[in-house]
Amino acid sequence: MEKTAPTGTALIDMRNISIAFGGIRAVDDASIDLFPGEVVALLGHNGAGKSTLIKILSGAYKRDAGQIFVNGQEAAISNPRDAKKYGIETIYQTLALADNVDAAANLFLGRELMTGWGTLDDVAMEAEARKVMGRLNPRFQRFKEPVIKLSGGQRQSVAIARAILFNARILIMDEPTAALGPQETAQVGELVKQLKADGIGIFLISHDIHDVFELADRVCVMKNGQVVGTARTTDVTQDEVLGMIILGKCPPGAIPGPGALKIAA
Amino acid sequence: MTDTTSNQPVASTAADRARASELSAVGRFLKATELDTRMLGMVGALLVIWVGIHILSGGLFLTPRNLWNLSVQTSSVAIMATGMVLVIVMRNIDLSVGSVEGVIGMIMGVAQAEFLIRVIGFQLGNPWLWIIALAAGVVLGLLIGAFQGFIIAYMEVPAFIVTLGGLLVWRGMAWLITSGRTVAPLDATFQLMGGGPRGSIGATASWIVGIVACAAVAFALLNGRSQRKRFSFPLRPVWAEALLGVVACAAILGAVWIANSYPWPIGIVRQYALQNGITLPEGGLFIAHGIAIPVLMAVATGIIMTFITKRTRFGRYVFAIGGNPEAAELAGINTRWVTMKVFMIMGVLAAISAAISSARLNASTNALGTLDELLVIAAAVIGGTSLAGGAGTVMGAMLGALLMQSLQSGMVLLGIDSPLQSIVVGAVLVIAVWLDTVYRKRV
Repeated sequence: MEKTAPTGTALIDMRNISIAFGGIRAVDDASIDLFPGEVVALLGHNGAGKSTLIKILSGAYKRDAGQIFVNGQEAAISNPRDAKKYGIETIYQTLALADNVDAAANLFLGRELMTGWGTLDDVAMEAEARKVMGRLNPRFQRFKEPVIKLSGGQRQSVAIARAILFNARILIMDEPTAALGPQETAQVGELVKQLKADGIGIFLISHDIHDVFELADRVCVMKNGQVVGTARTTDVTQDEVLGMIILGKCPPGAIPGPGALKIAA
Repeated sequence: MTDTTSNQPVASTAADRARASELSAVGRFLKATELDTRMLGMVGALLVIWVGIHILSGGLFLTPRNLWNLSVQTSSVAIMATGMVLVIVMRNIDLSVGSVEGVIGMIMGVAQAEFLIRVIGFQLGNPWLWIIALAAGVVLGLLIGAFQGFIIAYMEVPAFIVTLGGLLVWRGMAWLITSGRTVAPLDATFQLMGGGPRGSIGATASWIVGIVACAAVAFALLNGRSQRKRFSFPLRPVWAEALLGVVACAAILGAVWIANSYPWPIGIVRQYALQNGITLPEGGLFIAHGIAIPVLMAVATGIIMTFITKRTRFGRYVFAIGGNPEAAELAGINTRWVTMKVFMIMGVLAAISAAISSARLNASTNALGTLDELLVIAAAVIGGTSLAGGAGTVMGAMLGALLMQSLQSGMVLLGIDSPLQSIVVGAVLVIAVWLDTVYRKRV
């Protein structure tokens, strides 16, 4: 894997991660890394284990085995709060918004700004929210309404704003464009490029292989909880990647993982 | 409730920024004052009920005496309803509050009337009697809440089951403590929490409370305005701010005026005059009740609980968890601990209600608070707390408690039989929630 990756210290290095739910090994001995300013796409069927692997990184699940290194240092991540301490922010597929409170409350959920009296500083939070939302979605004005009343795209901007508000160094995007129209999808693409330029590392989970080839530097394909292989998007074709997803067949341009088809057909 | 909602603008879904010119006059007014239409609907419904019963009863309802009594009768349920809002907002339920109230009332009664006197050797009338009894009750409420909350949050037994068990367990305990015997009388100071002529603060103090409250309203409005100015956010028009301030102050001072218009009964005035060596003037002596102590306690509870829900991190988390438990968990919130704390608050509030109810009875009985859990839940739900979680206000729940109590004492005034009373209250609960569902769909 080191050969395909840029040189320097990896932002994230997940080694030999395993987790089982009941008898099912959802993630089995998976290793993946991410460098600053890089977009790594995770691909695979539903149930291939990509979301589970990423939820281990974001602290939502606790791994059974394996190690996580952040900037070369071993990191203890056992809950979402830990992950955020390491600068790992996640945009979940479900957005994970509290629907009944407003945008500012969602942006700062768990990390509220407080006044000197120890009370919530709603005004300061709204001011920050207006700033960051102004960057993402300048037309957004509905700061007083619960987010359930917002449109899909607006909700998505709130979820993205929450992730970048706290100077994330590692961003996990789980199907960030699944609920969006073409224009909003393009907006998210722009944002990814902008964040990349800022040196943020991004894990992108997606079903859309065109999206992936446009945005990602590397792809990592998973099947049945195992890594089939990792490849630079410049070294493989879309058909080859589809082959990895469907058959688990690792093409010559990719570095095979433990899940690659063993017997040459 | 429907009159006010039918004028609701639908512009909020049409565009990001609702343009003022597109709104009707009522819409513009609501937008300028940022008033909650739901709350206005409740106040409207309350006024309709009050005026209706007043007319039907031939002018008996809207009298200082009846309104004062209504305020005292509402206190106990209103206090517990403020806590039930948090419980229901978090998608839980507490069926045990009536029984918790009962067992704590019993323990406070036994402590002050028997244990501290016979076992520890305190003299009757010792001020420590009521202080220790009340403190013991509050601590016990906290512990019962913590115990039930722990089972719900950490052992993952559904709140419905835990508190259904609690309903039986604590009622049984209340009976066991004295084998069903009623404990009376209670300490004289303790009794003040139940209201009555001596359990009220009198005319002068009531006016002072009213004026302080008005000053607080003015301060809150001005402070909110300067906060929004600091970040140059849109402000309410000055006329709207002034109108809100004037209406709030008028309501506060009006309530004080009503409480001060209800005189002590003649018998108690005579007794008081005799004790203080005052000769009764011709035509009797007018001594006003003023605001009752339990009412002050309820209002203070309402203010504190509103503060907790709106201005603290804990309150924010309660609502976030109610809105989306998974999201709250992913945001790093310790949802279990928050759940447990909510039940601890509920326990303390049940203890305060127990003090008020037993003081009002001047006795601790094992039946104290029976069926209160249903009144409390109904008050919270009528007050706009959604059983689906995530929505509700303390103020609404207290108004809900007042509405329920108004109906009940109104029907007593009208001489309606008690089975019919139950039917009406039950029907009102269902209709209120139905109206609320309709309202939520429209907005």
